Amino acid sequence: AEMAAARPGGGENRLVSLPLSRIRVIMKSSPEVSSINQDALFLTAKATELFVQYLAAYSYKHGRGKEKNALTYTDLSHTAEECETFQFLADILPKKILASKYLKMLEKEKRDGEVREDDDEGEEEEDEGEA
Amino acid sequence: MAERPEDLNLPNAVITRIIKEALPDGVNISKEARSAISRAASVFVLYATSCANNFAMKGKRKTLNAADVLSAMEEMEFQRFLAPLKESLEVYRREQKGKKEARKDKDKKADSEEQDKSREEDNDDDDERMEEEEQNDEEEVDN
Repeated sequence: AEMAAARPGGGENRLVSLPLSRIRVIMKSSPEVSSINQDALFLTAKATELFVQYLAAYSYKHGRGKEKNALTYTDLSHTAEECETFQFLADILPKKILASKYLKMLEKEKRDGEVREDDDEGEEEEDEGEA
Repeated sequence: MAERPEDLNLPNAVITRIIKEALPDGVNISKEARSAISRAASVFVLYATSCANNFAMKGKRKTLNAADVLSAMEEMEFQRFLAPLKESLEVYRREQKGKKEARKDKDKKADSEEQDKSREEDNDDDDERMEEEEQNDEEEVDN
């Protein structure tokens, strides 16, 4: 199967670096797709490269990772949340949350649920120790 | 064909190189960030394919073509990709044309027995070649 579309010279002079065969596998995993013409395959691969560059550059520019000369996961997840163009990535790039905060959230949800259920009883006295 | 999970991922080395090309020299990319971008790229392919496929279906075609992908980019709000994509496509088409002509010359030179053999091979080639011919049948003005 054809790999990257190469020009004589190779290396970074390639027209596209991502392997067309792999792009094709991903595209074909969509059940409603019957066939893909060669140009469409090439364009998708090329577009994906442009996308990777755009996502990386945008996230770096708008993120805090650069304070430490790095591109971090948080930079990416901010982009997905804040930039409309990248919002389709929000589900796969969720914000990270400290475990302790998450546990607090769970506790609060549980308490809220209990208060709603036990309307007759007075406010529950609970020991809300620091998590 | 059942895909193994790793087949839906793009090669790490290539993704890393592409990322580095987009960032200033010396910027570190955490493993987590790289992996996240790789996943995002796969999702992008799926999204673009689905979108392009809608355009193909609107045109009552079963084969995704170049115009469908370009329309998808616009729909997804990646208009900035259109110019570089069209440019690359032109180069790609020229290269493919050159390759095709080289193949034809090669076949002509072979004697009839070998021609039968290579015709067999042609049929076994993955449908990328068949799709190329399909494209010639439904040649549309893309630009």
